[in-house]
Parts: sequence; C-alpha cells; structure tokens
Amino acid sequence: MKFTLSWLKDHLDTDASVDEIAETLTDLGLEVEEISNPADRLKDFTLGYVKHAEKHPDADKLRVCQVVTDEGEMQIICGAPNAREGITVVVCKPGMYIPGLDITIGVGKIRGVESFGMMASERELELSDEHDGIIELASGEVGDRFVDWLAANQPAKVDPMIEIAITPNRPDALGIHGIARDLAARGLGTLKTPEFAPIAGDFPCPIKVTIDEDTVDGCPLFSGRLIKGVKNGPSPQWLQDRLTAIGLRPISALVDITNFFTYDQNRPLHVFDAAKVSGDLRVHRAAGGEVLKALDEKEYTFSAGQMVISDDNGAESIAGIMGGEGTGCTDETVDVFLESAFWDHVQIALAGRALKINSDARYRFERGVDPEFTIQGLHLATQMILELCGGEASEVVIAGDVPDHSRAYKLDAERVQSLVGMDIPESDQRQTLTRLGFRLEGNMAHVPSWRPDVQGEADLVEEVARIASLTKLQGKPLPRMTDGIPKAVMTPQQRRQQMARRTAASLGYNEVVSYTFIDQASAALFGGGDDATMLANPISSEMSHMRPALLPGLLQAAARNQARGFMDLALFEVGPAFHGGEPGEQHNLITGILVGNTGPKDVHGAARGVDTFDAKADIEAILAAIGAPAKVQILRGAQDWWHPGRHGKICLGPKKVLGIFGELHPKVINAMGIKGPVVAFTIWPDEVPLPRKSGATRAALGQSDLQAVERDFAFVVDAEVEALTLVNAASGADKALITDVRIFDEFIGGSLGEGKKSLALTVRLQPSDKTLKEKDIEAVSEKIIAKVTKATGGTLRG
Amino acid sequence: MDDLKAKYLGQIADAADENALETIRVAAVGKKGEVALKMRELGKMTPEERQVAGPALNALKDEINSALAAKKAGLADAALDERLRTEWLDVTLPTRPSRQGSLHPISQAQEELTAIFAELGFSVAEGPRIDTDWYNFDALNIPGHHPARAEMDTFYMHRAEGDDRPPHVLRTHTSPVQIRSMEKMGAPLRIICPGGVYRADYDQTHTPMFHQVEGLALDKNISMANLKWVLEEFVKSFFEVDDVELRFRASHFPFTEPSAEVDIRCSWDNGQLKIGEGDDWMEILGSGMVHPKVIAAGGIDPDIYQGFAFGIGIDRLAMLKYGIPDLRAFFDSDLRWLRHYGFQCLDVPTLHGGLSR
Repeated sequence: MKFTLSWLKDHLDTDASVDEIAETLTDLGLEVEEISNPADRLKDFTLGYVKHAEKHPDADKLRVCQVVTDEGEMQIICGAPNAREGITVVVCKPGMYIPGLDITIGVGKIRGVESFGMMASERELELSDEHDGIIELASGEVGDRFVDWLAANQPAKVDPMIEIAITPNRPDALGIHGIARDLAARGLGTLKTPEFAPIAGDFPCPIKVTIDEDTVDGCPLFSGRLIKGVKNGPSPQWLQDRLTAIGLRPISALVDITNFFTYDQNRPLHVFDAAKVSGDLRVHRAAGGEVLKALDEKEYTFSAGQMVISDDNGAESIAGIMGGEGTGCTDETVDVFLESAFWDHVQIALAGRALKINSDARYRFERGVDPEFTIQGLHLATQMILELCGGEASEVVIAGDVPDHSRAYKLDAERVQSLVGMDIPESDQRQTLTRLGFRLEGNMAHVPSWRPDVQGEADLVEEVARIASLTKLQGKPLPRMTDGIPKAVMTPQQRRQQMARRTAASLGYNEVVSYTFIDQASAALFGGGDDATMLANPISSEMSHMRPALLPGLLQAAARNQARGFMDLALFEVGPAFHGGEPGEQHNLITGILVGNTGPKDVHGAARGVDTFDAKADIEAILAAIGAPAKVQILRGAQDWWHPGRHGKICLGPKKVLGIFGELHPKVINAMGIKGPVVAFTIWPDEVPLPRKSGATRAALGQSDLQAVERDFAFVVDAEVEALTLVNAASGADKALITDVRIFDEFIGGSLGEGKKSLALTVRLQPSDKTLKEKDIEAVSEKIIAKVTKATGGTLRG
Repeated sequence: MDDLKAKYLGQIADAADENALETIRVAAVGKKGEVALKMRELGKMTPEERQVAGPALNALKDEINSALAAKKAGLADAALDERLRTEWLDVTLPTRPSRQGSLHPISQAQEELTAIFAELGFSVAEGPRIDTDWYNFDALNIPGHHPARAEMDTFYMHRAEGDDRPPHVLRTHTSPVQIRSMEKMGAPLRIICPGGVYRADYDQTHTPMFHQVEGLALDKNISMANLKWVLEEFVKSFFEVDDVELRFRASHFPFTEPSAEVDIRCSWDNGQLKIGEGDDWMEILGSGMVHPKVIAAGGIDPDIYQGFAFGIGIDRLAMLKYGIPDLRAFFDSDLRWLRHYGFQCLDVPTLHGGLSR
C-alpha cells in the first residue's frame, strides 16, 4: 500500500516529519517497506541568478555565464539554449551529486574556459523527462533551497512516498483514511473527518438494480446511480500526480476517480458506460459456462455459483473483482453508471482464487471493506465526477441493505495488562479504543464497521497493545517451571540422532541436508515414486515425490560433487523418509555413502577403493554409539538396490532390521550417474531397542588375575558357509571360558579345491577360578571342533 | 699383577667388536682365564700373602669387568649411532590420508538452540512433515478462505480420485507441532519444535524447504513481557554477545494476538554483520501471545491458560551467526561448502563450555 505525505495530510492534521511518521507506522504494525523522498536527493541544490552570459570564445553553442550563488559569483559554461542573462536557475556546485546523471560534478575546463559546476535541467534532477533546457524559475531568491521552492510552488514534485506492508487483518489500512486514523490514535496528529453531505439526484435512475435471493448472502448491498452528460478525458494534474506517485497509471478522469477512492477510503467502485448497458443490472449467481472479457482484456469463464452482474445482454462484470470490457468507460463516455457495492469477503476470495484474478477490488473485498461506507462512497465519488467531468446525477438506486455487523466485546483492563505485561491504565485503554472508532458502553467495546478482523476480546488486547507501542515493552524474566537444576529435555531418539551425527562425522563423513522431495525416477529406484507420496503442486519435476529413502539424495549429491571434480566422498544424512502420504507415514533414517577411494593417492600407498567392510565398520560404530546390542544377526535378502551378494542386514531376528550395509547394485550406481565403487549403510534408529535398565550404574567388572590362553584353529568349509556361523558355534562351546572368538584368516580355493575355503580363528580362553592346564585346554578345543564341524559341515584343517 | 692389568685393559681398549671383547673376557676373567688361575694359587699361599693378594686379585677382576662393560656399552652406542646415521626420513612427506568429517550448520545451530532453551526448561517436541490441513491451518485460526493461506505458498499432497478429504499439506511452519503437543501434553507446557518446513518458493533468499524452530510456553500468567525476556536471553546467548537490543513491532499472525515481529539491532560493515550494535534493525522472528482459539484447538481452556509462541528460521540464524551468505547452498551438498561451513564432531555446543569456538 503506497501513499504520499500530502495525501495523508488530507486526512491527518500533523506537523510530524516523514521519518517520525514512518517510524510510528512500523511500530503500529503497518511496516514501512520503502520511503521515497525526492527532497533527500535535492536538498543541497540552491537557486542562482545568471548575471551575465556571453558566447564561448571557442564554441558556438556554449555560453559562459556568470552566476550569482549563495557562495559568491561563479563561472559556469552551459550548452542549454535558454541559458541567458536575467534568469533564476538551479545551481549544482562542484562536489555535488547529480541524481539524473549519476555523477558528481567537478570543476572542469570546457574548450579552455573554466567552469564551476552546472545549471540543472528537470531531467538531471529526476523531476521529469524534460531536458530541452535548464530549469528557469519565475520566482525565488539567490541562495534559497530548491526543495523549499518546490514545496511552495510544485509540492507534488517533493511529495514523499511511503509504502507499507499490510497484514491480512488490516483492510482498513488499505485506505489512507484508515492509516491516518491509526496515527491519530497514537497521538501523531488529529484525524480529519469532513462533514458528509449526500448529493441529491435530479432525476430517477433509468437503470434499476436487483440482487437475486440466492445471492444476497454474497452481495448484501448494491447501489448505483447514473450521471449523464459527463465529459471524460484526462483527469486534472493533481489527481494524475497522486496516482502516478503511488505507481498507478492515470487512464481517464472517470477511472482515475474510482482508483482515487479505492486508495483514499478503501472503497472500490466501478463505472459502467451506461450507453453500453442494456436494460437493468442484476446481481446473481452464474449458471456456469458464461464467458466474459474483463477489463484486463482476458476472457474468463464462470463456474456455477460465482457471482456475476448481468444486464439484458448477459454477464457484464465479475462481481466485486473486475468489470467487463464491453461496458467499460472510454474517453467518449457521456453517461456513466457508478456502482458501489458490498461483497462477502469469503465468496470474493474463493472466486478470485478460482478465476486467478488479482485486482485491487478483489484484494480489498476479500480482506473486508467498510459496509457502512458503501453509500457514502457513492456520494463522494458522485461529487468528484460532477466536479471534474460535469454532468447531472440521478437519484441513487439501492438493492439490499447494509449487513448486520454489530458486535461488542468486553474490555477487561486487567486481562490486557496480564497478557501484555505492560502497565497501561484503563483510561488509556479506553481512549485508544475510542480513537480507533470503537464505541464503549460500560466495558463493552462496540466494533467499528471498518474492522471486520476484530472478532473477540483478544483483538481488543492487540489494539490496545499496538497503540501503546510494543517497542516500549520491557522484558520480564520467565520463572522456571521447577526450582533447581533443569532436567534433560531430549528424548532418547533425539539423543540417538545427535550421537549418530557426531559419530558419523568422527568417522570422516560430511553431513548433508537435502530436499526431502526428489524426482519420480530416482524415488522409484528406491521403492518410492508412487502416487501416495506425490506432491500435487511440485515446484519442479526434480522435486515431485517425497523421498522413500535418504540414499537417492545422497547419491545425487555424490554425482554433483563428482561433476565438480571430487571423486572420493563420504557423505551422510540424518532425517525423515516417507513410506506414505498420511501424517506420520515417515520414519527416521541414518544413511551414509562412501564413494571412490578411501583417500587420495599417497606416498604410503594407503589409498584403496572403498569396500563393503568399510561400510560395515562404520555402521557397527554408529550402531554401537546409539546403543544397539553387540550381538546381532547378519542376514541377506535386502531390497534390490543392494548388490545381491555383497550386503548384509543387521538384525535382531528376521523381522527386526536395525540397518543394512553393503555395495549398491551396479545398475543403480549407473542410473544415478556415479563413477567408482559405492558402498553405503542405512540405520533405522527407531528400531534399535531402548536399553531396559534405568540408571547409570554399570555391571560389576569381572577381572581375573589368571593367565588367559589363546588357541588358533583352521577349518575347511564350503565357500558359502559364513564366518559368523563359525564364530557363533565356537563361542557356544564354553560360554563361561570363551571370551572372544576372532576370524583372522580366509583362504579360498587353491589346494583346497573348488568351492572350498579355509577359515582360521583365534579363541581366547579366560579362566576365572583356576589356571588352565593342558588337559583343560584340550577338552575345550575338542568341544570347539565338534561344535564348529557340526554347525558348518566342515573339517579341522590338518 | 700389574702386567696382567695393563695387558687386559689395553686389549679391551683396542677391541674392535663384541666378539673380540668376549674372547678377552674368557681369557681374562672366564672360568679358566688368567685371573681365575691366579685365584686358584691363593690356596697355596700363606695367610699373610693371601691377605694381600686376595683383595688385589678381586680388585683386578672388578676392574677388568667394569672395563669390559664400559667398552661393551661404548661399542653398542657406536653401532646404534652408525645405524641411526642411515635412518633418515623426509618428514615433510604427507601422512596417510584420513577423511575429515563435518556436521551441517543446521544440525549445529539446532543443538545450540536446544541447549539454550533446555536451560529455560523447554523440551524438544516433534511432529510430522506431512500434515493435515486442520493441524497446519484451521487449528491455527487460519480458515479456508483466509488470505494468509494463499500467501503461504503451500505444497499440497496428491489426493487419489474418490478420496474427498482436503489434501494433506507439507507443513508450512512448525506451528502444527504446537497443537499436537498441547493435545498430547496439556498445560502448563514449554516446548520448542525444530524441524523442516516447506513453501513453494525458490529464489536467492527462499528455498522450497527450510528449517524453523517453534517455541511455545503456556501457563496461568505468562505475558508478552516474559516473551520479550526469553527472546532477549536467547538472542544474547545464541549470538554470544553481552547485550542486545530487540525491537518488538506490532504485526499480525492468525495464531497469535497480540502479535509482534522482532527486530534485532545490528550493523552491516563491509558485508560483515555485527549483532547488538549499529543503527540497522533486522527482522529475525515472529511471535505473539497464543490466540485463545488456538489454545482451545489444542484442547486446553484459554480462560485458564495463556502464553506465548514464536517461530524462528534455524537456517537464517545459522546464516547470521556464521556469516553464511546464500540459503540455497545449505541444500546443495557441495563438498567445498560442507567443509568450509561445517563443524567438527567434537564441537558439541554447551552452555558451560561455550556454544562456538
């Protein structure tokens, strides 16, 4: 919402400066977004008098002028045709910035003659496009500030423009009168409310208006009148200046007048060219399918139920939103029908949204205009039309009535203080509301017709608080809910995510945060991409589906980084993935990927391609960090984006999957456009059981002083037999004695023959009551061999 | 006896290596060495002679042994020195490469603000990213026709044909978690709700997903003055400055009343932001007293309980605190950016140790 200072002063009697007004508006909740004050850029320019001018000795078109200024006489070379003796001019002295040229003028020599500054044209001072000559003033004394001269003689040229942001609850501030009311309530001046005198009609209105019964809820009041014999054409300069200053294009007097009241009073109006209206006007609901070419020259098709204004020829106006081109006013318009109506804000909002029209009228009606002002606005506009365009006004025709908007809420002065935490005396609270137009009866505040947003006691609090100024609010400590040291506030799951992040980072992974929506093809590669997880209005096809996993986002990130020349990557993300489109159909994941080599080429030859055991090491470290049990199963058969033979599911039972690690399927790596080996892991942190015990106490440490013994065994087994089977079997041989079983060698094929391998393991025996003797060790060894051969079908390697 | 001494000490001094030394030892003090042989002769001596010769022989034996030990150590040192002379490394060579991991600034900022609000007794609540339009809008006093709904640039989820429910939304703010938390936990209540939110907007300063933290405090006598104090304390603590000036500006949000936007005093100098000084104001958050309708929507009696709520952009806080210029880069996963703006695994923000290094 834009307005100028002079326009505001039509409604507000004030001596406040532009800066003061702007600061106050922002504080009141009418946030100033821009102030454009021409006086700021012109403030240094002063008037001068050309005492003498003669032709430049070396140039026919240049003149050497002696100019009297407030800093003495100066010689200025000037090329303007009107530069001559005896005129009053605007002087730009050396060192001054010329806005229209975007330069700082200096002392120069023009064809051998010195020149001190310049005399400005209107264009050079950004006052207009006029550049045929320098500014010549009919009055003014040497040394006067040019801005003062403009303020006295051409005030529109130095009229500051202020633009404010309007929150949806303040339709009243969409009229300059409403803005003035807020400022006056704060005490920044006095609101001007001129006497209202209705303009009587000279003859009955030939165009009648009706509202269909089923439309009264959307259009409670429709009024209008004919003004015949007007002369349309350009509006007067003052009106054009005002509209131009707030960014509107002057069109014709009749249209400009409606725009004037839209901004002046938040009262949208419409003018029909009466000659083009056939018969009477009827407000009704569209049957659906009617087509209208609107004033924006686009065709709109009504849906059933939308409100429309029709004459005998059919639809002529999109009710409350935009008029039709067919009945629009032109410079030739002689008889005009002026409309002022009140529309229901919800119905206008829905129709405007459906038809996709953004007009000043829609913007205002959907926020809510003042219903009581409907008829008054009609009279004020009539008066201006008669003044500017002449003509003769008919009587007013009215259909419907001003809807009942009366309501009152209790002003609870103590509650205001308790909510705001500011000491605002009751008398101040009452004064504020009164100045804003509320009518107080006892402690009941009756809401003014222009404040549709005020719907309860809380709104009264807001009004009192903002006029009192929240800037003045002093902070008061919030007491603790409980005495003493605050308790921990994070849930175990939140702690887990934090631990997982920091562990992954300690393992050399860089954390990324990627968009939770991805393209359909990538989602489909990982089991997603169905309609349930599809956005109805994605911002692009790259962001059309909620991600089914974190892997696709990480792989895309890897591909982007590879394109930038970073081939070796370790990335991870912690965040939600989506298995459906209902609230709650999301699950947290911790996913990491390793791409390329473990590091760059190096003198120690340490770098190598990443492999499954890198991913396994990292998933084990993170699972340990978030409290997963050490004893798990490792199963196969994960989804088909994993390499079928090179992955493992870390499980507690076949259905309880804590995580998956391994190589990704070559096809998937290829589809995601990544070079080099890719291994990955994913953890479902919420699947990891919470520890059963409470408290921080550890189990007692069982340390034995007796000598531990290690024995090595090698078994020949089928190549498909898994090492973990051996480890579990060996561990089970004597649970009390065996504290660790570790695989330390694997040998495949060779002398063992096709399909066979040898696995070597070290078993650590820790006695707790007596030192082991050789025969004890023999006995355990035999048990181990028996258990392992039974579990694997293998043999002890001789 | 002096001859013996001179002979062997001379031989020891001249010995070239440990083998030569061993030969000398055997010859001199070995079981059948010259000194041992002399010892045997003691038995044939008179007691008087023995009293003189015995200690002298023992002394000789000790002296030779010491000389042997000293020479042995000297030879070992010389050998070690010789070996070390050949053991030279170019220590300017690089080490075996190890990856340097990092945390994303959003994670770091989220932990920082969690630490601060925990101190004030706020716990951390979470909610779904896909939510119903009731939780995202209606419960927050934003009815269907409300202009704020259109202004939010909402992402809607697809609705299968025949499913006539209003489409679910990607939550446009973390405020729905307010409602869910009130329903679950009742009052009094103090929570923060950090998390990702969505708006259909993409330009230099907007991304379709970003992060917010919602704050909610409900009790019987919480006022807007408490809100201001909490925010002042938060900002001072988060930006690690001694003093800060906040400006509350009246504004409007459907879910709070009165509502205020909050600006922070700051200065911009050569593109560097300084919090707490200067003549500029920068908007950092929206806040207000929770609207009675919202409290009621959460199943709590607004005639008994009142309180405040606020919403802050986490990404924006991180940008301001750490001087990160472009929001879009947060979600680009550019390794150079992650390394430059990321945090080390052990940079755990705490109030006692300081939030940042």
